[in-house]
Amino acid sequence: MWTGRLRARVASVKPPEKLESTFDPVSAEWIAALTGTAAEREQGQARLHAMLLQIARRELRRRAATTPWLAGVELEDLAHQAAADAMLAILGKLASFRGESRFTTWAYRFVILEVSAKLGRHYWRAHPHVSLEAESWEKLPDRFAVDPGEHAERAELAQAVRRAVDHTLTAHQRLLFTAIVLEQTPLDAVAHRFGTNRNAIYKTIFDARRRIRAYLVANGYFEQEEADRP
Amino acid sequence: MNARERLESFLTTDPADVGCEEAMEVLHVYVDLFVGGHDAARTYPGVAAHLAVCGPCGTDFDGLLAAVIQQ
Repeated sequence: MWTGRLRARVASVKPPEKLESTFDPVSAEWIAALTGTAAEREQGQARLHAMLLQIARRELRRRAATTPWLAGVELEDLAHQAAADAMLAILGKLASFRGESRFTTWAYRFVILEVSAKLGRHYWRAHPHVSLEAESWEKLPDRFAVDPGEHAERAELAQAVRRAVDHTLTAHQRLLFTAIVLEQTPLDAVAHRFGTNRNAIYKTIFDARRRIRAYLVANGYFEQEEADRP
Repeated sequence: MNARERLESFLTTDPADVGCEEAMEVLHVYVDLFVGGHDAARTYPGVAAHLAVCGPCGTDFDGLLAAVIQQ
């Protein structure tokens, strides 16, 4: 709700004194509303919050197929949290808005990213018993939608990837690879569990993919690409 | 695509891939270019390479695109 605590938190965010005015008319209107007099800011902030809340609700509903564990009051609560945190981030970073996109697109990005982060955190409330360390190697072929007719090849590939994981990955890479690729734990949830961010996890998996592929090339499972040749 | 090709496709990394942080940093600009009918992938090839393979960032791109189109 645009009342009480959020209003008080927003009031503590100091608006920038002056922003460059090379914005499109609609963006300029938003900036004027959010940096004007106290009354104008109050009105602009209420409008911004309503818009962010609407985007958060829609985005959570759009992702419903991949988050069947979230519905009803919890979904509504998450939408409010995402909108409130996005609102504070937007007001705090208003001076960094350069007009490279429309203001609304810039603002929506904050709430979309908040939705992702909050779903990653909320995942563990809905899945308290999921282990990151399970190693269900038999699931590997299913992760790549292997045709059931490819029995021999799927078994051979699964074993080869397992050997590559054992021989080439660090303990940390191995843990993340099994959690994300085999157990299909959402990347944002894994980032939350490890107290890090999506980028750090992605980079770790990126390097793991590269190492596993190099092992499979070296052992004749894949051909070396032209670009990889010395 | 058979099992081997699917696995190889997953394991193949693109050196142009900028990663999540850089892609999310310009996502709003990328989406506005895309919506405006410009070749966003040509302007930001590293972001396009990333969005093609990173599930969570691809989801954020779809979400931001939907938000911009619906509003």
